[in-house]
Amino acid sequence: MNTDATLIFEKSRSGRKAVSFSDYPYDGHRPFEELDQSLLREEPALLPEVSELDVLRHYTNMSQKNFGVENGFYPLGSCTMKYNPKINDEVQNFPAFKNAHPDQPASSVQGILKIYHELANHLSEISGMAETSLNPCAGAHGELTGLMIMKAYHEKNGDYKRTKVIVPDSAHGTNPASTSVAGMDVAEIESTDEGRVKLSSLKEALGDDIAGMMLTNPNTLGIFEKDICKITDMVHEAGGLMYYDGANLNAMLGKVRPGDMGFDILHLNLHKTFSTPHGGGGPGSGPVGVCEHLKEFLPSPRVRKHDGDYYLEETNAGIGRVTFHLGNVLVWIRAYAYVLTLGHENIKDIGPLATLNANYVRELLRDDYQLPISSYCMHECVFDGLKDNPHGVRTLDVAKRLIEQDMHAPTIYFPLLFKEAIMVEPTETESKETLDRFASLMKAIAKEAKDNPDVLKNAPQKTPVKRIDEVFAARKLILSYRDYLDYKKDDEALDF
Amino acid sequence: MFKYFPHTPEDVEAMKDKIGIASVDELFQDIPEDVLFHHAYDIPSAMDEDGLRRLFKSLADQTTSYTVFSGGGSYDHYRPSVIDPLIGRQEFETAYTPYQPEVSQGTLQYIFEYQSMVQMLTGLDVSNASMYDGPTAAAEACLMACAATKRDKVLVSKTLNPKMISVVKTYLKTNNRTFVMVEEKNGVTDREDLKEKLDDDVAAVLIGKPNVFGIIEDVKSIGKLLENHKALLIENADISTLSILSTPGEDGADIACGDCQSLGMPMAYGGPTLGYLASKKKYVRKMPGRICGMTKDKDNKRAYVLTLQAREQHIRREKANSNICSNQSLMVLYVTIYMSVMGREGLIEVNKRSYQGAHALAEGLIDTGNFELAYDQPFFKEFTLKTNLNHDLIREALLEKGIFGGISLAPLGESYERLVTFAVTERRTKDEIDEVIDILGGLS
Repeated sequence: MNTDATLIFEKSRSGRKAVSFSDYPYDGHRPFEELDQSLLREEPALLPEVSELDVLRHYTNMSQKNFGVENGFYPLGSCTMKYNPKINDEVQNFPAFKNAHPDQPASSVQGILKIYHELANHLSEISGMAETSLNPCAGAHGELTGLMIMKAYHEKNGDYKRTKVIVPDSAHGTNPASTSVAGMDVAEIESTDEGRVKLSSLKEALGDDIAGMMLTNPNTLGIFEKDICKITDMVHEAGGLMYYDGANLNAMLGKVRPGDMGFDILHLNLHKTFSTPHGGGGPGSGPVGVCEHLKEFLPSPRVRKHDGDYYLEETNAGIGRVTFHLGNVLVWIRAYAYVLTLGHENIKDIGPLATLNANYVRELLRDDYQLPISSYCMHECVFDGLKDNPHGVRTLDVAKRLIEQDMHAPTIYFPLLFKEAIMVEPTETESKETLDRFASLMKAIAKEAKDNPDVLKNAPQKTPVKRIDEVFAARKLILSYRDYLDYKKDDEALDF
Repeated sequence: MFKYFPHTPEDVEAMKDKIGIASVDELFQDIPEDVLFHHAYDIPSAMDEDGLRRLFKSLADQTTSYTVFSGGGSYDHYRPSVIDPLIGRQEFETAYTPYQPEVSQGTLQYIFEYQSMVQMLTGLDVSNASMYDGPTAAAEACLMACAATKRDKVLVSKTLNPKMISVVKTYLKTNNRTFVMVEEKNGVTDREDLKEKLDDDVAAVLIGKPNVFGIIEDVKSIGKLLENHKALLIENADISTLSILSTPGEDGADIACGDCQSLGMPMAYGGPTLGYLASKKKYVRKMPGRICGMTKDKDNKRAYVLTLQAREQHIRREKANSNICSNQSLMVLYVTIYMSVMGREGLIEVNKRSYQGAHALAEGLIDTGNFELAYDQPFFKEFTLKTNLNHDLIREALLEKGIFGGISLAPLGESYERLVTFAVTERRTKDEIDEVIDILGGLS
């Protein structure tokens, strides 16, 4: 097993190179040393000095300590870890897309602008909205953009007292955080025991200071808000707007559109629902869709079409600019390839198949893991720890035992409503055999929890590192190679 | 059956039996009947791979590649061949955020190396694991400064890229903070105007280096002006040039931010790139985004893990200073590999050549008599000239020869109507530079 954790800096040897340059015709002409000394850095940055092969081996070895979707099952709840098709990577790789300068005239980038415009239209159709902007770079960025739109709408109406956003206590952490970055206050409402919106709490929260409500549907517990139409009506009657957090849209494909449920603003996660790779935490893409009367508030620039030509519209009417340019272009190009590959006849099957998979897992594991929600789930199912657990084995131990057996762990300790939460989202790209194998591993772990709990508490053993000391990390705060060298000087205990 | 769905009809039947349903529709019984979507989506029919290749080929054909002599935040630097095969490895590309650190040491280690390199280049103490892009990094740096100082006003120099200013303004406005622009004088931040606008309510001053004109601002002297008011200095620096120019740390900056596109990333019509953000250690708890730390496992072996997560949205919810979670991780890997390849001398060489090429082009254009330097200030790889030539004429003459350069600064306002900017990277050859001089020298 690959266990080398040496930093690239520690492989550095003075004078070694991974790049060589041919002669430069301006060599000797205007050397930068002519600049005033105070404008120059005092010491060179101590970047590594390594060979090209060193670089390749270093990062190839590093990759082998990671777990990707092609390594095995990746049932992270709320993350929609579906297969990331290779053809999407291939088509975004055309040099013309990569070489385009963002200030090039629109007439020279009609291909890219057409992709933007077409994809935005398809996403609007799929989500039931009037117009979509692909500019936001991630889900949370989409949320923030959407909330800015909500705020700008009320301000345009002179309704300045609407500064509160209703967020259920079961919401993703980004919802309240985005609300506060958008300069509004969170009005948190209580959920029912099953994690649905409690209509009485909602009613109490509504008033003329409410800007709107953020809701994930299916909610963060993986179940559908069956009172959704009542909820959107109540919020609209109180003068608020409905925001749809698209984190869980996968289950809804082919079944229901957020726009038809009464949502006014939404964001989608192209890196979840539309199969673009997560990249170890980005780059993602978080398009924002709005209904007809909010179009004018979309971020600048907007991509428009006139007489068959695409152009950028810089607008001051909306919320302004939220990105350098049009967001993560190479990411949304992949999503366009995905939508075209599936077409209308296959996209509609995603929701049903993802939901079938999740309910199948739920059924396979219900004898061994606590099932706190009695109704069918949507695209993901939630358990609340082990069912028969005489030795007090925790969900964390279950997860650590699973990751050493060629599967990634489900999401754990979220949703917060359940103390030992395990959230499994299998996605539609997983086969019955994979789900069967996952269930048999999870069942074997449940048995070990009874018979031999130490195996779980000491897991993982077969991974590049064993269980990690997070407290040490937070106490020492070694956040760079320089910190490491400094601490090593002072701290004998630091001999790794 | 469709290729991304592995379900055989027998599988579906067996799964339905296990669940105890006759039809998959039963799973959706909670959806109110009147909102169910009964139509077909109005989008095209499924396409096979070859069809898709043909389509994207035609879209690529409608996208022109130029020889780039423009900057404005996006630069055509050399891209080493080893990067794409490495970042294309599925273990990196398809992994999620490293929430299970024991099987994510690859992601965590490159984040740690990246943070180390940003620390070295900026001369500050701590870097986070990336922001979406340069402008959002600058915007969040401003919010971070407001949180750290408990003040609400941010002064922003007019000499920053206007797109960046626009994003900063959007964020400050929505966050109920006060945005104040500091005027430009002779191509740099107007010291007198800055002094006038500085008071004890100012959380931070945001300055760019090099600025929108390509000029290397004397940030050090600005830092000194802020001391009396305890306002923070935020330096938006082109990180590649920091291999040569004084670091934000040396300039006295409290926070540094910017776009990492200049570290050999494809321009890609603006994205994905990534924004870097670094600060003095005392502000680390106000820093947005993820941070990776070195630690040990239970056998005392070296390991890497996300740390200080108590700052973040999934723990602090509405009390978090930022809502960012997914950032630009794979692009972090890109620039980490780039900096490893370029190394100590390579990054200096790239910038040295860009500097020399830019000065050769500037001198050549001035010699034609059609241009003069707009400001008598030191510049780096991008520069601003004054001309009586029509800007459309300049642009069209170059485009006709497959060259994109000479961005007009007229949109900045009346006093900038005659100004155009050019950028030169180490990729531009002498022939290309001479051609631009020839073309523009011949105009009248």
